[in-house]
Amino acid sequence: MAFGFFKRGGSAQTAEPPAGGAKIVRRSSGLAELNKLISGREEMTVLDLGPTSPPNIRYLTERGHSFYNEDVLLSSFDPAYTIKDDKGNPAVNVEKFLAENLRHKSEQFDVVLAWDVPDYLPEPIVKPLVDKLAASMRPGGVLLAFFHTRDAGPDAPYYRYHLAGTDSLELQRGPQFRLQRVFNNRHIENLFREFANIKFFLARDNVREVLVVR
Amino acid sequence: MDMPRSSTDVAHIGKSVVIKGELSGSEDLYVDGEVEGSIDLKEHSLTIGPHGRVRANVSAREIVVHGKVEGNLNGSDRVELKRSAVQVGDIATQRIVIEDGAYFKGAIDIRKSDKPQQKPVEPAKSYSSASATGTSSSQPGLIPQS
Repeated sequence: MAFGFFKRGGSAQTAEPPAGGAKIVRRSSGLAELNKLISGREEMTVLDLGPTSPPNIRYLTERGHSFYNEDVLLSSFDPAYTIKDDKGNPAVNVEKFLAENLRHKSEQFDVVLAWDVPDYLPEPIVKPLVDKLAASMRPGGVLLAFFHTRDAGPDAPYYRYHLAGTDSLELQRGPQFRLQRVFNNRHIENLFREFANIKFFLARDNVREVLVVR
Repeated sequence: MDMPRSSTDVAHIGKSVVIKGELSGSEDLYVDGEVEGSIDLKEHSLTIGPHGRVRANVSAREIVVHGKVEGNLNGSDRVELKRSAVQVGDIATQRIVIEDGAYFKGAIDIRKSDKPQQKPVEPAKSYSSASATGTSSSQPGLIPQS
């Protein structure tokens, strides 16, 4: 099944990123705060929900942490999870998707890097996925997520995020995924209601950074 | 362009070949076909070519992936995922190199060398001092401790 999906040149939503993929560096208050919260902790287990990022793998493994990578956004567009709804429109088979993705032990992760994945995921997957992440995180574990503001617009470019320091990120244009929704603060609080603490930071480029503690 | 290595001193499985079962050997191996089962090369290297499709756990000294793997990789020395690689499964190794464009889903476990540190040989002259062995420093947390 995995081989069939990973043929190059698949659906338009998994098109290759534009040639040149220039990287932009920006400061991240959410990342800086995350590092303060976990300062001094060794051999953590980190889950990265973005596309495979060699810089992230290098940055985290060089510091002695265990690293897990799972590009759930790309997986969500796997034709194997596409079904027809009552009206014959394409929809996601949520049950199958959750059964075959994020299959991790309970309380396994200290850190989850969700980036802006929830903004681009099909609607039915978002809440169940966040609940599944909550179950897989240790108490005191930290999750970092980004949410676009209303000003971003539906054509907000999709970026891959690479760790570039304790408070810096490198943004690289990725495939042209479409922004599915804009969460307001109340929606975000509701999304993470299984978490103990939530903190908001406003970044440039019409993005809110959110740090939640399990 | 970085072409996959394929020479006469390496055992070669061509792209039309399908193997199901346990594959083991005491020489380097280049796989450009389909293998299902397990691959154990101990102290040798395995290269999975761009047409290679492997559904197996792999154990070798060095593993280079250009194609597709569904299984765990155990590279005692090194694992490299080229930009065309699709790796679904865990990786355990001392060193890992991942090119931009590679797809990876799983866990990475970086293992330090198990080889014991060699003690310096004492010089013959009794008044010479022994040199100190180097030790690796750890960097706890994501923030380097100042």
